[in-house]
Amino acid sequence: MLNRLTDSLDFQGQALQLRSERQRLIASNIANADTPGYIARDMDFAKTLKAATGALPAAGALATSHAGHLGTGGAAGAGGAKVAGELLYATPSQTNLDRNTVDMDRERASFADNAIKYEATLRFINSNVRTSLQAITGQ
Amino acid sequence: MSMLSIFNVSGSAASAQSQRLNVVASNLANADTVAGPNGQAYKARQVNFQTELMGQTANDPTSAGVRVSTIAEDQTPGRKVHDPKHPSADAEGYVTYSNVNAVEEMVNMISASRSYQNNLEVMNTAKSLLLKTIQLGQG
Repeated sequence: MLNRLTDSLDFQGQALQLRSERQRLIASNIANADTPGYIARDMDFAKTLKAATGALPAAGALATSHAGHLGTGGAAGAGGAKVAGELLYATPSQTNLDRNTVDMDRERASFADNAIKYEATLRFINSNVRTSLQAITGQ
Repeated sequence: MSMLSIFNVSGSAASAQSQRLNVVASNLANADTVAGPNGQAYKARQVNFQTELMGQTANDPTSAGVRVSTIAEDQTPGRKVHDPKHPSADAEGYVTYSNVNAVEEMVNMISASRSYQNNLEVMNTAKSLLLKTIQLGQG
């Protein structure tokens, strides 16, 4: 019962972590908008989130407490967010003389978009906590 | 707290851009400087930006800051004006002015100030997101 409450919190926690990683990535791109030769990076958010949360047990799944137990799917091991290996390169829409591929319009849009989604995730967690508290206090 | 390093990344970029603005100010201030007794007029300067990785590990591309690697002097010969009455005129009556191109410097100034503003906005957004994260779970 309790892990049903915490599983959805785990998922939102991973999402929050990845959102903050992406925020930092876009901040790096904006910071390097004038650096010659800098190549803009970005991540496929949906894919990375799936990879990060795929290792979490699904709600109601059986736990494996012994080496002989069969797993319920998903990779074994901790589901930590691994980002560095899965970074993509942004395709430049216009070429630049100094080989810099930062598209400032796109980066600004992604930054605002990511900030709003980060706040949305925060609200999901907050309302999740509120719901759990209401259920616990029974009012 | 991976978002905390946004302040390092954007801060380094803002500092680099302000250095660029400083160099532009020096160039514009010396736009009409004439050659001294040694025959050498002021030479326009330009900053060179370089990416500086700021992550916890050495090859972490997700937090890439900026630093000023070198300040290069423009080696094109200065503007020569025929003005025999000028106190700094040479034996043939020519006065050598600095090689600053005021139009280029203005363009550089606008670009630097826009990039500076962009980085400040990134820091403001990161700050408000972090403040909201601190209040996570309180309602």
